[in-house]
Amino acid sequence: MLNGIAMGQYLPAGSPVHRMDPRAKLIVAALATPAVLVAADPPSVVAVSAWVLLGAGLSGIRPLIYWRSLKIIWLLLLISFLVQVLFTPGDTLAAAGFLRVSRQGLVEGGWMLWRLTLLLVLASALSFTTTPLQLTAALEWILAPLTRLGLPVRELAMTVNLALRFVPTLFDEAQLLLMAQRSRGADFTRGGIRERVRGLIPFLVPLLANIFRRADELALAMEIRCYRVGAARSRMIVLRFSIVDYVAVFTGLAILATLLVCRLF
Amino acid sequence: MLFMFCIETDKLTHVYFPGTPLETVALRDIDLAVNRGEFLALVGAAGSGKSTLVLHFNGLLLPTSGRVNVLGRDVTDPKHRKELWRRVGVVFQFPERQIFNATVFEDVAFGPRNMGLGEPAVAERVEEALETVGLPREAGRADPSTLSGGTRRRVAIAGVLAMRPEILILDEPGAGLEPGAKKDILNKIKQVQAGGGTTVILITHDLEDAATYADRVAVLRRGKLLRAGNLREVFSCVGLLEEAGLEPPRAVELARRLARAGVNLPELPLTLEEATRVVGRMLASARGKPGGGVLC
Repeated sequence: MLNGIAMGQYLPAGSPVHRMDPRAKLIVAALATPAVLVAADPPSVVAVSAWVLLGAGLSGIRPLIYWRSLKIIWLLLLISFLVQVLFTPGDTLAAAGFLRVSRQGLVEGGWMLWRLTLLLVLASALSFTTTPLQLTAALEWILAPLTRLGLPVRELAMTVNLALRFVPTLFDEAQLLLMAQRSRGADFTRGGIRERVRGLIPFLVPLLANIFRRADELALAMEIRCYRVGAARSRMIVLRFSIVDYVAVFTGLAILATLLVCRLF
Repeated sequence: MLFMFCIETDKLTHVYFPGTPLETVALRDIDLAVNRGEFLALVGAAGSGKSTLVLHFNGLLLPTSGRVNVLGRDVTDPKHRKELWRRVGVVFQFPERQIFNATVFEDVAFGPRNMGLGEPAVAERVEEALETVGLPREAGRADPSTLSGGTRRRVAIAGVLAMRPEILILDEPGAGLEPGAKKDILNKIKQVQAGGGTTVILITHDLEDAATYADRVAVLRRGKLLRAGNLREVFSCVGLLEEAGLEPPRAVELARRLARAGVNLPELPLTLEEATRVVGRMLASARGKPGGGVLC
C-alpha cells in the first residue's frame, strides 16, 4: 500500500535482464562490484560506468525509479562526499576556519560519489529484475559445494526465502495497523521520548501478535504439505544458462581481468 | 446542498505506485454523495476498490486527482484532515486484530482518551459503547485474549463507537463470524444509525445485508462506480449486479424467476419477509376473484 518504491522491490517487466538466469545476474553483479571499486583512471571509470549503466538501461526500468532508490540514502552519499572533500590533503582551493577544500579532495569526493552511485544502481538493477525466490535459488546453487562441509545450504536457502516472503506481509500488516490506530487518534509523533515509546505500544503489541499468528499458520501449511528438514525436494523451475547468460558472465570476467591487469602494471 | 451531504467526492481517482510497472488504478473518477444520517451500503467484488474508497473519507488516503469533501471541508486541508478521526470512525476488516490492551475497558477507552476526555466521561462512553454492542458492564474487566472471536469483534467495534463518530464506516464487520453473530452485530449498527443520526457506510459483498439494513447502495466494479441509488432502483437491474460480480438478494432472485415464469409482482421485494407479504397479497386477491388467479 506504500505509495512509492522501496529499495529492493522486484518490478515485473519483460526486459532481457529480467529473462536472464538469476545465477548469471548474481555472478555479473559479483564481478562488477570489485570492478567499480578498482577503477581509478578515467578510461577504466568510463568503461565500468558504461558497463553498469548499460545493464541498468537494458533492465526495462525507467531511470526515474533508479533515481528514487538513490534518493532514499542521499544523506549517506552526501556525507561520504563531504568527508572526502574536506579531509583529502592537497592544493587548497578554498578555506574557511580549519576546513579546507583541495583540488584533490574534490576529485576524490566526486569519484567516491560516482562509485557509490554505480554500486547502488547495480544493486537496484539486480533486485528490480530478480524475484527473491530466484535470488535464493541462485544463492543456493552458488553455495551448494559447501554442503560437503556439512553446511545445511538447502535449509539456509529456505530460511532466507521465508524471511523474504514475510517482508511484504509484515509491511502490509504494519501499514494496516498504523492506519487503524491512527483513526483512533494514536499519534506517534507527539511528546518526548518516553511518550513516543509508549505511543508505539498500540502499534507494536498487535503487530507482534499478528506476525506470530501468521508464522504459525505458515508453519502449519508447510507441515501439511509434508515439508521436512533435510528431505530432498525437487524444483518447479529448473534454472538454465542461455547464450545471453554466458556472454554476460564472460564479458564481465574479461572487463574485470583487464581492469586488474591495468591497475597492477 | 453542502449541508445535505456529509461526504461528496468529485472525480476521485486513486493510483497506487504511480510511475512504476506496479502502477494500479484503484479508483477512477468516482462521483459519490453520501446523505447525512443515511445507511449506505458500499458493495462490490473483491478488489473493486471499496476499502480504498473509504480510506479517503477520514483522510488516511489522499486522492491522486479529484476532490473529496467530508463534513463540509476538503480532506486535503491539513488542519481538517488531522481532526477528521474524531468525527469519522472506521472499523477495519478483522478489527479484533488491533486490540492491544490487557483489559476490554482499556482498549475501548483508547479512542476517547486520545480525544482528551476526562476519566468520568471516558468511563461513561466505554459503558455506553459496550452496552450498544451487547456486552455487559463486567466484560470491561475481561482480558480480550481470553474472549471468543465474535466477542473480540464486538469489543473492537465498541472501541470505535465510544468516540461517538458522526460518520461510522465498517469494512465487512461480519466477515468470518457465524451467521447469528453477524446478524446481531449488523442489527446493533442499524440501531446506532436509526437512533442517533449517525451516518453509516457499510462495506459488504453480501447484497442480502445491503437489502436488509441499507437505505441506499453504491455498486463498485474495478475501481469505477457503476451505480448509486435507492435499493429498489439498483436491485431491479439484476444484470448490473451480476456484471459487478455480485449475487442478487434471494427475494430479488425470486422476483426474477417469477417474472420469467410469467408472474409479475406489483413491487420488487428486497427481503424474504417482503417477498412473503407481496406474494401473499397477490394470492389473497387472486383467491377473492372467482375465475381469476393462477390456479384455475
